[in-house]
Amino acid sequence: MAINTWTAADVARKVIDNEELFILDVRNADAFEDWKIDGHKFEYLNIPYFELLDGVEEILPKIPTNKEVLVVCAKEGSSIMVAEMLSEEGREVAYLAGGMKSWSMYLEPIKVGDLESGGELYQFVRLGKGCLSYMVISGGEAAVIDAVRFTEVFTNFAKEKGVEIKHVFDTHLHADHISGGRTIAEATGATYYLPEKDAEELVFDYTKLEDGLTVQIGASKIDVGALYSPGHTIGSTSFVVDAKYLLTGDILFIDSIGRPDLAGLAEDWVGDLRETLYNRYRQLAEDLIVLPAHFMIIDELNVDGTVSKRLGDLFANNHGLNVEDEAVFRSMVTDNLPPQPNAYQQIRQVNMGKITPDNDEQTEMEIGPNRCAVR
Amino acid sequence: MNITKQLDAKGLACPMPIVKTKKAIDTIESGEVLEVLVTDKGALNDFKAWAQAGGHTIIEQKEEAGVLYFYIQKV
Repeated sequence: MAINTWTAADVARKVIDNEELFILDVRNADAFEDWKIDGHKFEYLNIPYFELLDGVEEILPKIPTNKEVLVVCAKEGSSIMVAEMLSEEGREVAYLAGGMKSWSMYLEPIKVGDLESGGELYQFVRLGKGCLSYMVISGGEAAVIDAVRFTEVFTNFAKEKGVEIKHVFDTHLHADHISGGRTIAEATGATYYLPEKDAEELVFDYTKLEDGLTVQIGASKIDVGALYSPGHTIGSTSFVVDAKYLLTGDILFIDSIGRPDLAGLAEDWVGDLRETLYNRYRQLAEDLIVLPAHFMIIDELNVDGTVSKRLGDLFANNHGLNVEDEAVFRSMVTDNLPPQPNAYQQIRQVNMGKITPDNDEQTEMEIGPNRCAVR
Repeated sequence: MNITKQLDAKGLACPMPIVKTKKAIDTIESGEVLEVLVTDKGALNDFKAWAQAGGHTIIEQKEEAGVLYFYIQKV
């Protein structure tokens, strides 16, 4: 039997199109427990490759013959070995080229909606890591918000669309992934903005992202307006795009809220988080469509693969927005938090420009799920 | 520590370090020690999990100049 090679893009389609898939994950049990390829209709079998060195006969009965089978490992070497063994037993299987490493890196651009005067808003879904980046396009110009480090995806996308990136924003100093903002700005001549309060230790030049700042994209009237909304970090800033979309960064997610502890100041910032979620956001129009910088679980994806929801619906359904007692809220977001993201302190240093790891080191730092939320 | 056998798996990518280590450990006796040199960083977790699954003991491990050294006592 031939062995098929799938790219991360192929797998992304299966996730978004809600298709069935059987994943044989041959990484360590720990690695699998921590982080895997999530799909609505995916089934899994986790057997470390080193338990299969003597053959795959024992696991054959557990591997279905009536659905597609994808073998996955960290990089790809072990999955090719196991796929070959299965193939020799007459099974038709595929392996994921580049393994979880390539899955972690893959971005799927999906259109969120049309804006006034022919503008468009795109969400770049990093399925493997749960990161969401944005591009606002209008009148030949573009703004990028919370770009991840695969900067060519954004610059190439802008080229395809025939637009020039003029503004690059980070809603806050990220701790779970390495920002591509500075690099995109340098490559395109765009302005890079970061909230001043998050930029105290920055070692490169930037433009202050201040509350109330408004930029226009293109000649048409697409406004991207900044709204100071601290709590995940002290500088965290949201954006209202075209009076229709609310980009919340890591403050508010679809099924969870931001955690205040990734800079070591949970006790200080919890009050800001409360104020943002229970006061500032309450004053906004409930019909705004919330677009967060992360999703945690695959159930947060809409049928078209985007991650978005009406603000009013979140007020009604998001548990984190419905904790009346302030003491209970305080306890929820400071006690018993999930583990912090892998290498989050180093990642903050990278985003400040203090250290410049090579590409492989950056990949290592970003391994695993993002864990920016409290549910 | 008495090292019975040495395996140089430097420069090899997953799964080869483990594949070769398994073959090497099959050639030594129970209680004897295999020294393995690896440069693939993924080996760190894999060796631990592999040894645990097989009942072998990693009696020492260290990193020097980008090379991981594992000393594995056969079960």
